[in-house]
Amino acid sequence: MRHTVVEDWSRGSSTLHRRAAGAKLLTLAVFLVLLASSHRRLVVLTAALFALLVWAILAARLPVRGVLSRAAVVLPFSGVFAVVSWLSGDHNRSFELILKSYLSALAVLVLVGTTPLPELLRTLEIARVPQFLLTVMQFLYRYLFVVLDEASHMRAAAASRGGMTFGAAAGVLAVLFARSYSRAEGIHRAMTARGFDGRFRALVPRPYSAADGQFAAACILLLLLLRAATEVLH
Amino acid sequence: MTSVVEVRGLRYRYPDGTEALRGVDFDLQAGESVALLGANGSGKSTFALHLNGLLEGEGMVRVCGMEVTRATLPAVRRKVGLVFQDSDTQLFMPTVLEDVAFGLLNLGMTSEKANQRAQVSLEQVGMSAAPGRAPHHLSAGEKKRVALAGILALEPEILVLDEPTTFLDPPGQRALAELLRNLPQAKILITHDMPFARATCSRAVFFREGCVASDGTVNDIAGRFGWDFSDR
Repeated sequence: MRHTVVEDWSRGSSTLHRRAAGAKLLTLAVFLVLLASSHRRLVVLTAALFALLVWAILAARLPVRGVLSRAAVVLPFSGVFAVVSWLSGDHNRSFELILKSYLSALAVLVLVGTTPLPELLRTLEIARVPQFLLTVMQFLYRYLFVVLDEASHMRAAAASRGGMTFGAAAGVLAVLFARSYSRAEGIHRAMTARGFDGRFRALVPRPYSAADGQFAAACILLLLLLRAATEVLH
Repeated sequence: MTSVVEVRGLRYRYPDGTEALRGVDFDLQAGESVALLGANGSGKSTFALHLNGLLEGEGMVRVCGMEVTRATLPAVRRKVGLVFQDSDTQLFMPTVLEDVAFGLLNLGMTSEKANQRAQVSLEQVGMSAAPGRAPHHLSAGEKKRVALAGILALEPEILVLDEPTTFLDPPGQRALAELLRNLPQAKILITHDMPFARATCSRAVFFREGCVASDGTVNDIAGRFGWDFSDR
């Protein structure tokens, strides 16, 4: 497996990594609500939030360029709606879509880049997110790597024989699906052999400390102040 | 000697119609090590998956006195530890320690106890320095050891290893053979590697077209089926 960059990031030891997943999740929720509900002085607010996120990336000792570029993965999706809004004459909404979607993706990436997935899922479980949804999330995350891994093997095999034509790509997709399915089946079999019953359990649920509460309170206060300041400016 | 595995008339057909097992009879005694030999597609791995209840065929499979049925699956899976051929299939947690503890947590063990037991298993396979490492950064030999640790942590009475020497270099194979020889569990080793089979097993069973074609000592079976190229 060579597609575990975010997984590797989440295993860091910075102050942000040490904060409990619940504190970070709460902060993220407030961040997203504030961002989604902002319409006035949006450029100023998003610039401030962007600076805040870059500061968080630096504090977590994550590669700034790597995080910023990965967050851009959301742009092709939101870009389509932005173009539709632009063409219908609503230029402000078009900008809003781009800014908000990118910042939201960046904030989520900072969270998953500083929190190991089992811990995040455990926290969501405590927050009573339905177990079925959590299992789907865990499998999606796991099998995404399987598909990427198979795809990279196939790409290497094709490249070693002179590359792949566009026409062959459809057939390759079918083979990729079949190979990934077969491999995923093997993984599930190995999990079942060790007693997996559909529920993932974290080895070390991190205890909450006063520092986690202070962290969440400080971050939320800062976000509210930023929002209030932009409202006052308006 | 008591049989820890008894299989009678086991038949299995894959959903695509391929008949993989055509009436297998097999016994394994406590503490015994048996090599399963035979050509690719002869039914060895399919047979092994029945021991853990991962496949359900016709016939009788009994593990440590328990017939393998849906009701006995959790207990059977505690008794039979299956180490898969491709370690990447087995190792999927972000760190070595979490992967070894995966089965223990599924058994309902507390995090603290699972942590301790996982550390002991890692020590047993000589990987005590790697608990925080990511499995995908390990060498093939190290991955195999960690996969084995994940199974040993569950303290099974029977170990089933599918092609354990795949991807291992000769020193890695020797180290694994040494490790297996020192484990007290009954073992079933599916392998094409005759020196490895000789080093670890006293008995061999030869599979052909989904049936047990012969049962005897490793040398006897290798000679009878012309299965050993190591001395040519």
